[in-house]
Amino acid sequence: MEKMVNVFLMGKKYEVPASVTIMGALEYAGYQLVRGCGCRNGFCGACATIYRIKGERELHACLACQTQVQENMYIATLPFFPLEKQVYDINKIKPTEQIMMQLYPEIYSCIGCNACTKSCTQELNVMQYIAYAQRGEYEKCAEESFDCVMCGVCSSRCPAGISHPQVALLARRLTGKYIAPKAEHLEHRVEEIQNGEFNALIESLMQKPIEELKELYNNRDIEK
Amino acid sequence: MYSGEILESMKKVEAARAKNIQLEPRRMTAEEKETLLATYHPDYKQNEFAILQVGPNKGDKVPTELAALLQANSRIHPEKIDLTKVDYDVDVLVIGGGGAGASAAIEADEAGAKVMIVTKLRIGDANTMMAEGGIQAADKPNDSPAIHYLDAMGGGHFANKPELLSKLVMEAPAAIKWLNELGVEFDKAADGTMITTHGGGTSRKRMHAAKDYSGAEIMRTLRDEVLNREIPVVDFTAAIELILDQDGKAAGAVLLNMETKEIKIARAKTVIIATGGAGRLHYQGFPTSNHYGATADGLILGYRAGAKLLYADTLQYHPTGVAYPEQIFGALVTEKVRSVGAMLINSEGEAFMHPLETRDVSAASIIRECSTNGKGVHTGSGVGVWLDTPMIEIKGGEGTIEKRIPAMMRMFAKYDIDIRKVPILVYPTLHYQNGGLQITPDGMTAVENLFVAGEAVGGIHGRNRLMGNSLLDIIVFGRSAGKNAAIKSRNVTVGKLTLSHVAKFAKEMEEAGIHSDIVSPKLLPDYTRKRNTI
Repeated sequence: MEKMVNVFLMGKKYEVPASVTIMGALEYAGYQLVRGCGCRNGFCGACATIYRIKGERELHACLACQTQVQENMYIATLPFFPLEKQVYDINKIKPTEQIMMQLYPEIYSCIGCNACTKSCTQELNVMQYIAYAQRGEYEKCAEESFDCVMCGVCSSRCPAGISHPQVALLARRLTGKYIAPKAEHLEHRVEEIQNGEFNALIESLMQKPIEELKELYNNRDIEK
Repeated sequence: MYSGEILESMKKVEAARAKNIQLEPRRMTAEEKETLLATYHPDYKQNEFAILQVGPNKGDKVPTELAALLQANSRIHPEKIDLTKVDYDVDVLVIGGGGAGASAAIEADEAGAKVMIVTKLRIGDANTMMAEGGIQAADKPNDSPAIHYLDAMGGGHFANKPELLSKLVMEAPAAIKWLNELGVEFDKAADGTMITTHGGGTSRKRMHAAKDYSGAEIMRTLRDEVLNREIPVVDFTAAIELILDQDGKAAGAVLLNMETKEIKIARAKTVIIATGGAGRLHYQGFPTSNHYGATADGLILGYRAGAKLLYADTLQYHPTGVAYPEQIFGALVTEKVRSVGAMLINSEGEAFMHPLETRDVSAASIIRECSTNGKGVHTGSGVGVWLDTPMIEIKGGEGTIEKRIPAMMRMFAKYDIDIRKVPILVYPTLHYQNGGLQITPDGMTAVENLFVAGEAVGGIHGRNRLMGNSLLDIIVFGRSAGKNAAIKSRNVTVGKLTLSHVAKFAKEMEEAGIHSDIVSPKLLPDYTRKRNTI
C-alpha cells in the first residue's frame, strides 16, 4: 500500500501519496490546473506556493512542481502577484546609478528585514542583490539574481513594496547590453556574413547531392 | 539519496571513474548508427503510427496520438460563431507567447505593424523558458556557417530543407548579436570572447550559453522587451480555430478564454502560428521535458485550414531525462552536462558510448543498454543509466558545476542528491517535435497570410535536431516571420471572414468514415486522478 499523507489545499483536507509534489497533490485531488502551472520543471515561476506545517509558526515558500508534500502541510498557491514593471527603452537608458532611482526608487526604502531572502523559492540572496542595485553595482546584482524565476513571492513579503524580480531583470539587461565586454569575434562574423563572404560556400553546399554531403559529413574533423 | 540496487551500481561507477575519465569512447560509424536507430529508436516503431485519411497530408504517417487530434472534431460549431462581432482587430496576430512568438511580435512592432499576442497560459510559459544548454552560432574564427550547415544536415539525416537550414546558419551570428544587444547575458571570458562548448554532433564548439538557464535568460529578456514596447498580450486565451477570408487567406482566429470559456474573435491581416511543440501528448507513453501547454495546437489549427505538415512522424527523445527521483521523472537534464565533461555509464560501471553522439543516436543507445544489453539500473519506477556528473568537477575543477550548471545542481539537491559528489540516473524523455508545418524561407505556409515560426515549423532540422539549434531557430525564424508578416499586412485588405474550412474538414472526415469523440486542439493535458466525478 502506498504511503499517504494529509495535506490541506487552500484549507481543505485531502489524502495524497507521500511521494508526490505539491503540484502532483493538486492533480491527485482532482484539480485540472490552468493557472499556477507552467513548465513543471522549476524554470517559469508559475507555481509559486506558500505553506505552513500545521502547528508551526514559520511560513515557507516554494515552487509547487519542485517540492514534495509533507504531512499536515497547509498549502496556498500564489498563481499571480502584481509585480510593478516599469517601461523603458533599453537603447536609451544607461547603466548609471540614477536609472534605478528613476525607475525603481522604492528599492531605497528597503528596511533590511530580509523577508525577501527568507521567502525566495530559489534560495537566492534577494536582499543582497537589491543592495547591489541600490549602489549601481549591476553586474553583481545580475550574478546574484541570475537564477530568479520571477515567481514574485519575495515581493509578496516585502513591506517596502519592492518588485525585486523586475529590479533584477533590469540589472541583468543593463549588464548584458552595456557592462559585459563586447564579443569582437561575433561582431566580425556578422560583418563577414553581411559582406557576403560565405554565400558561395553555402550555395555550393546547398547544391551538393546527398551522397557527397554524407561523404563530407562522415569525414569532417571534429574539434577536440 | 540512493539505496539498494541503485547504490550497489553506483559503487561500480565510482570504482571505475578514474579509468573511465581517461577514455574517449570511439564514435559510431554511419552504418552502426543506422542499425542502432532502426532497432531501438521510437520513431522506427511502425505500430505507433497511423496513416492520415483526410487533409493535406492524406496518406502520410504520423504518431497515433497526433492522428487522433488531427482527425478530431472542432471545439466550435462554425454556424454558432458570430464573425461579424470582432473583438480584436490587428495587422499581425501572433498565436503563442514563447520565444518565437515574442521575437515575431517584437519585429512586427519594429516594422510598424499593429501586433497582438494571444497565449493560452502566460507569455513565457513555453519550452523556450526551459531550454537549458545553449544556442548555436558559427561565430568563432575556426568555424563557419558552412560547417554549421554540414553538422545540422548530418544530424538531421540529410532531410533538412536546404533553403531553411541555410537561413538558420547564415543568420545565427546576427541572432546572437540581437539578443546580446537586448541585454541577454551570455557566458563570456574576461575579454568578451563567448564561452562556447560542443553539443552532440557538432564539429566545432559553437554552443553559446547563459549558465544552464540559456532559454530562461532569453525568454525573460524577450518578454521584458515585449512589455517595454507595450505590445498587447492577451493571456490565458487560446486560439481554437483559424479564421480565413472568402479567398481562403488567413484572417484571424477564434479565441477561447481558458478560465471563463468566453469566445472572442480576432481579425488580422496576417497570422503567425508560434504555438510550439507536442511533448504533452506523451507519444508512446514517454514522459516529457516539455512545458504544460505543449499539445501541438498550432499543427491542428494549421492542418484544418489547409497547411501541410512536414516530417510530423519524427520526434526527438532527449537522451537524458531524469530517471530518478520519481518526483522529477522525465525532466530535462541538459546536454550541457555532457558538454562540460560527464560521461554515460551503464550499471556495470562501463562507459558504453561516446557522450556526444547526436540525440537520436544517444537515446537509442541508452534504450539498447537498458533493454537488450541488460545493463540498466532499475529504480522501482523505471530504468536508467548513469550520467557521471562528478567527472565534471574532476575535469573542470571544483566549482565548475555550480558555475556552469546551477539549475541542475539545484533540481537534484531538492531530493538530497549532490550531483558534484554522486552521479545521476537518466533515461530518454520526449523533448522536441522535429516536424511541423511546412513553410517557405519567408515563414509563410501554402495558406496565404498564414505564417509559422518556432517548434511548430517542420523542415529546418530534418529528422533530428541538434542541441542549440532550436533556441536559434525560434529567434531567426521568429524575427523573420514577424517582419515578413508585418510587411505583408501592409497590402492586405481582409475580406469576409469565414469558418467554412472547419465545416469542410468535418465533412471530409464524415466521408472518410472517421467518427471521433475527441475535440481538438487539446490545449492542456489532463493529469487529474479520475474517480467518482461528473
